[in-house]
Amino acid sequence: MNKTVNQKAWFLVLPVFLLVAFSAVIPLMTVINYSVQDTFGNNVFSWVGLDWFDEIIHSQRMHESLARQSLLTTIILLIEVPLGIFIALNMPKKGFWASFNLVVISLPLLIPWNVVGTIWQIFGRKDIGLLGHTLSILGIDYNYAQDVLSAWITIVIMDVWHWTSLIVLLCYAGLQSIPDAYYQAAKIDQASRWSVFRYIELPKMSGVLMIAILLRFMDSFMIYSEPFVLTGGGPGNSTTFLSIDLVNMALGQFDLGPASAYSLMYFLVVLLVSWVFFTVMTNLDKKGAA
Amino acid sequence: MAQIKLENLAHSYISKPTSKSDYALQKMNLTFEDGAAYALLGPSGCGKTTLLNIISGILIPSEGKIYFGDKDVTSLDALGRNIAQVFQFPVVYDTMSVRKNLAFPLQNRGADPQYIKKRVEIIAKSIGMEDMLDTKASGLSADAKQKISLGRGMVREDVNAILLDEPLTVIDPHVKWQLRTQLKALHEEFSHTMIFVTHDQTEALTFADKVVVMDDGIVVQVGSPQELFERPTHTFVGYFIGSPGMNFFDVDIIEDIISMGDVKLKLHSIFPDLKGRVELGIRPEFITLSKDSGDIKIEIIRIEDIGYHKIVRAIHDNIKINIVVPEDVKIDNNMKFASFDRDHIFIYQDGWLVEPKEAKR
Amino acid sequence: MSLELKNVSMRVNGQMHIYDTNLTLENGTMNILLGRTLSGKTTLMRIMAGLDVPTTGQIFWDGKDVTRMRVQDRKIAMVYQQFINYPAMSVYDNIASPLRLMNKNREEIDVAVRKTATLLHLTNELNKKPLELSGGQQQRCALARALVKGSGLVLLDEPLANLDYKLREELREEIPKIFESSGAIFVYATTEPEEALLLDGNVATLWEGKITQFGPSSEVYHYPNSATTARVFSNPSMNFFSMRKSGEYIYFGDKQKALASNSLLKLQDGEYLAGFRPNYLEIEKYTDSAIKIPVHLNVTEITGSETYLHLSHNGDYWIGLVNGVHEMDFNSDIDVYLDTRYIFIFSQDGVLVEPAFSSIDSFKEGSNGADKA
Repeated sequence: MNKTVNQKAWFLVLPVFLLVAFSAVIPLMTVINYSVQDTFGNNVFSWVGLDWFDEIIHSQRMHESLARQSLLTTIILLIEVPLGIFIALNMPKKGFWASFNLVVISLPLLIPWNVVGTIWQIFGRKDIGLLGHTLSILGIDYNYAQDVLSAWITIVIMDVWHWTSLIVLLCYAGLQSIPDAYYQAAKIDQASRWSVFRYIELPKMSGVLMIAILLRFMDSFMIYSEPFVLTGGGPGNSTTFLSIDLVNMALGQFDLGPASAYSLMYFLVVLLVSWVFFTVMTNLDKKGAA
Repeated sequence: MAQIKLENLAHSYISKPTSKSDYALQKMNLTFEDGAAYALLGPSGCGKTTLLNIISGILIPSEGKIYFGDKDVTSLDALGRNIAQVFQFPVVYDTMSVRKNLAFPLQNRGADPQYIKKRVEIIAKSIGMEDMLDTKASGLSADAKQKISLGRGMVREDVNAILLDEPLTVIDPHVKWQLRTQLKALHEEFSHTMIFVTHDQTEALTFADKVVVMDDGIVVQVGSPQELFERPTHTFVGYFIGSPGMNFFDVDIIEDIISMGDVKLKLHSIFPDLKGRVELGIRPEFITLSKDSGDIKIEIIRIEDIGYHKIVRAIHDNIKINIVVPEDVKIDNNMKFASFDRDHIFIYQDGWLVEPKEAKR
Repeated sequence: MSLELKNVSMRVNGQMHIYDTNLTLENGTMNILLGRTLSGKTTLMRIMAGLDVPTTGQIFWDGKDVTRMRVQDRKIAMVYQQFINYPAMSVYDNIASPLRLMNKNREEIDVAVRKTATLLHLTNELNKKPLELSGGQQQRCALARALVKGSGLVLLDEPLANLDYKLREELREEIPKIFESSGAIFVYATTEPEEALLLDGNVATLWEGKITQFGPSSEVYHYPNSATTARVFSNPSMNFFSMRKSGEYIYFGDKQKALASNSLLKLQDGEYLAGFRPNYLEIEKYTDSAIKIPVHLNVTEITGSETYLHLSHNGDYWIGLVNGVHEMDFNSDIDVYLDTRYIFIFSQDGVLVEPAFSSIDSFKEGSNGADKA
């Protein structure tokens, strides 16, 4: 539909425009500016071109952080997606329990991210944490501050606890839109539970599932508060993921040049993967509709 | 294939129904003969879809029994009853090709692959989709998808009945023809028992051998299209079937004389004493108009020419009356009289047809 | 008040949805857009309403150019296929809403709402919410909301399509009465020729984005200017066959020959396309000028009082409608008869050459359309 043009609307957009300019565009310009310059302090800058980018691409440190991050994101997605789908399939669709379940499932999503980190930090402590203490009674060697495996496991479980609900809610919404007739027809066709999932539920959920996976990918790739509060990046740098590394570089070491280059590359990587996702999604849609 | 019998069947959605209005379906006894084509016809909310769902097993009736042949299937679900159902909107497995869609029910039963291939090809040919077998189902038009739904129902040779719930709803009007005649041809070819739910009398009358007319949860009449048209046993059938429907007048009747207001008409038969609401029913096709004389005086309000016949809307004594006039008969506003064909006058008492005591010529 | 479309066309994503169209609708007329689904009826209506701006052309309301005027500023009313009512408001509020937007005072609104409600038999439902009403009542509420404004232009896009068969018949009877009392320009889109004839007024037949003919319903029905118009304005669709006239005879089908009579006699020798409506086929020779046509019977469909014959003739798919109930063998070869009075002759590219004799008859005596007492 061609909406009629009304110039007065631009005035309503102006305040937002100014706000976004100050809080996003100008800082972004600053970052780009820093990424191609070097400074020895005192606000003296000298042009270095793409040197920082070159250094970052070849930096061992960045590669290691990237590897850790990729591993984390992969593990998270591999656990959360099937788990989310499974929970959504088994949630009741009608009646009192349906609403009750929806509320309970949504609760973890409402907690501020650094509070999530704090919760798990306390939860896992050997002395006062319920989990930590129980595990030590059972004789299991668990220490997220000193043991790499414990740290990783805690972070993964924390993220699963925090974010699986998002996938559940999205898939649930997708499932709700399937008319009863499909299930009846499947019953008459004597389809097995797996067939019903594969041929009816999964195709109908595929749209929302794609969105859910994309969101989870982006968020987990940028993960910061939760692991930072929990382990601070340790033990050593075993849980130093890309964004934690970046913050260390920019604020800790105050290497503005490399940090800016780093953040721009980070941004581009996320953009690239999201674009790939989006293209695949819309192509699948088009092929489906063709 | 089997005969389907409904015994003292009634259904209420409330657990303890107390009055008639609590029932979605009033008590009924119906038999569907093996291999015949039936239509359940009635306005929205009359209970036809409820009845269909009870026959298919999607809904368990609150009272009464259902038999398939000699077997009591009341507590069996759709699967156990071995029926196929086609819904209002097409239900196809989008990710599968047409071939796989049709093969699906047989595959789930572990049938022999050669047999499956053969059956799929036979069915595909009869629904006219043999050259689309390997196309993916998702991109096809609505009527193609409905045909696939239908085919999937028919691919099992032992299916007891095929139930169709207003299947032509999403179909383009000018393609409805084709799908309807295809259904009819399929019925001729395979002789399944078919039960078709609709609110469109043309669909019902053209498809079915026998039509079950329903109103407000009650089965009003069961008969062939011809019977329903020529001899409606209830005023609802007279009104619902025929376009426009039957004309009704409140009358008094003594022996063979009808009194309609000031008008008196003599009939060919003698009727018993009748109490309650007595009505005279006559179809618009059996009324003739004239300039000079007739049974009643009328005033023509509007003449609608729809090509092969005309519909005359008139009033008599503030009562609306419709008359259908063939194309080549001339009509003008000076026609002030209408006459009723005595052979096509029906008398109804409280809605139900009354038989004359004896015919008098 | 008049609505004029001048050289209006609509192109969407490279595809032409409406071809160059010129149309003038006069005050107080009922105008029907008749065509199949996707023929352009809804697109054309949206252009008339102002919801879409045409790619080319102009729209004039009472001589004033309103092409770029916003929909909100034009005084139109529209009724859709899906009964659209404000679900949270009562029927009374629904009907009153357009008047409230126009800032009318309370008494005026009350009078107008009650008058429209009476016209549409909704007086007892004024306090209910739309979802508590039946389909027919909801559509009447939508209609009332459209009419209460007293707009000059009322657009109805297949308003009865989602209703039960019988309900459709009843509402269809009421619409002409409503129309007459409002005095506005009505534009009514439908796929059913029968509705076009019943509602009377003017008809514009649409085919693939083009208006093939516009005129009084009866005239377009009896004198279609092209095979396309005839095809659209016939339900079941008109049957066609190619034929050649030579001397006193016509040759058609598979070596068939018949004596030319009625309109056929007037033709020059040559190749033509003949068309006739399904209800004129009979299974017996019913008049002297009826010609015999051998056909293949595929399937019959029986309604209560008539039989539809689904036939094949020379590769064409035909439908016949005969009176009475006839049980016939499916898949057999039979003969049908057609009186030449009812044959329309078109040139091979579909332009009308000679109308059927029967049309000339019906038109001459003026027994057409709605004669009001």
